[in-house]
Amino acid sequence: MDLADLTAHELLDLIRRKEVSLRDIVKSCIERIERYEPIIKAYLTVRDPEDVINSVKDDEPYSAIPIAIKDNILVKGLPNTCASKILSNFIAPYNATVIEKLNRKAFNIIGKTNLDEFAMGSSTENSAFGPTKNPWDIERVPGGSSGGSAASVAMGSAIWALGSDTGGSIRQPASFCGVVGLKPTYGTVSRYGLVAFASSLDQIGPITKDVTDCAILYSFINGHDPNDSTSLDVEPYRYSPLKGDVRGLRIGLIKELLAEGVDPSVKKCMEDAVRTFEDLGAIVEEVSLPHISYSVPTYYILAPAEASSNLARFDGVRYGFRASGKTAEEMMSNTRGEGFGPEVKRRIMLGTYVLSAGYYEAFYLKALKFRNLIAGDFKKAFERFDVLISPTSPILPFKLGEKVENPLEMYLADICTIPINLAGLPAISIPCGFVNDLPVGLQIIGPVFSESKLFEVAYGFEQATPFHKRRPQLGGKPYGL
Amino acid sequence: MLSIEEVIHIERLARLRLTDKEREMYRKQLNDVLNYAARLDEIDTSNVLPMYHVLPVTNVLREDIPRENFSQEVALSNAPLKEDGFFVIPPILGGEE
Repeated sequence: MDLADLTAHELLDLIRRKEVSLRDIVKSCIERIERYEPIIKAYLTVRDPEDVINSVKDDEPYSAIPIAIKDNILVKGLPNTCASKILSNFIAPYNATVIEKLNRKAFNIIGKTNLDEFAMGSSTENSAFGPTKNPWDIERVPGGSSGGSAASVAMGSAIWALGSDTGGSIRQPASFCGVVGLKPTYGTVSRYGLVAFASSLDQIGPITKDVTDCAILYSFINGHDPNDSTSLDVEPYRYSPLKGDVRGLRIGLIKELLAEGVDPSVKKCMEDAVRTFEDLGAIVEEVSLPHISYSVPTYYILAPAEASSNLARFDGVRYGFRASGKTAEEMMSNTRGEGFGPEVKRRIMLGTYVLSAGYYEAFYLKALKFRNLIAGDFKKAFERFDVLISPTSPILPFKLGEKVENPLEMYLADICTIPINLAGLPAISIPCGFVNDLPVGLQIIGPVFSESKLFEVAYGFEQATPFHKRRPQLGGKPYGL
Repeated sequence: MLSIEEVIHIERLARLRLTDKEREMYRKQLNDVLNYAARLDEIDTSNVLPMYHVLPVTNVLREDIPRENFSQEVALSNAPLKEDGFFVIPPILGGEE
């Protein structure tokens, strides 16, 4: 077992006890990149190994715990491509607020990770720079859109990572890569410096190897930011060691998310998860959220509508790629036509259509009403239950290329994660089983600002199960445990 | 069913130049998604309020005090074409004939 296989809190303990060299930890992660990055392709930018090692400061423990950052979160001086040709030469001129916060703890960024272009997708196949492979099976996708961040943590090249989640983009890749991912309550983590996709849904969050690391990293990035007008001025979450007591906890198992389309092996993992919670003393009951099955059409109207507006800024004038054109308008249309990839163009077209005269009420306004109905379902469920659970993804990690031809089919697989963004709630995905060595994720959903409860529930489950300790093998050669 | 003319209309609104092949592909794919979205007609929502945002906050304002910001050099650092401290673009009207 290498240092790169440990969690951040385990490494921090070793550092505190002076049982490890800080630089050896960083070197262990760099070795993973050298060995496996040519296969996995989790990164779009890897910092010069020497710079990463030189960034280690003896009195700053977090400088020895490398972190990977999704390539849509600005890090001053590093490229920020959003996996798009249109930003292929863009260098971030400032830091996102989350990066400023991490800098205060001397965090050491090892690289910027691959994603579906502008975070639009569920497989990381929509990257203009090629897909990332799943470290558990390199013929399969790592999920998306934060597939690079999830894969970077699973392969041990980073100890933890940041992703962004608009409809599941942290939780689903965490599930597919056998790691932990949190989509925080909307408004608790600043979006300043996150390239906007759908502003009313986007949140930055941690991707880690276990729940404790997730709670620690979340405690560093959450909190009010005057630079983001949707950032809430509430008491921030502060980390304290987790206990994991779930006795007497009321857990609602969402009926509709176990219905049609769920892989039987995923269902089986959910049954096991329910039993685990019951053995731990929790009370699990089925709950119906009648409007949740309308989440996919609702989301795929609202998110593209917001995206079509947000992505209007990419016009070849102030930054990024520029195509030729005789007039400004022609240049802009050509720039966008050549600079955006197929999925981004699809969503801009869809979003423009649902916002255009004559269709606004039939589609956009109607979807906003369903958003209210879906949020209302959750509110009602939380009158009876402390937390709700579901699979994170109804399906196992699928093969590369398997779904690219059929966008709607890909969209439908987001059913478990997108309702949470629509309602602005926090949700965490943790490993809850393996099917033929492919990880399965359990999603735990709470009311707004219930992150500390989510960590306790997830920690209770994690400590009662062995799944968080498993590390992937590559090419039949086991590394790590 | 979305027509090619409608696709071209949306394309213009979005300032997104597509190829003929793309137009045909998006026509089909957008139709698939919009047909699926018609599921939202299953429920009468005439008495439901639209939810624009999950947060209860509106009109977040701050004091209008100048703050430190980008220098001209930094603001122009990613520009595809610049001259004398300006972004340079092709003519807005007409162009060279």
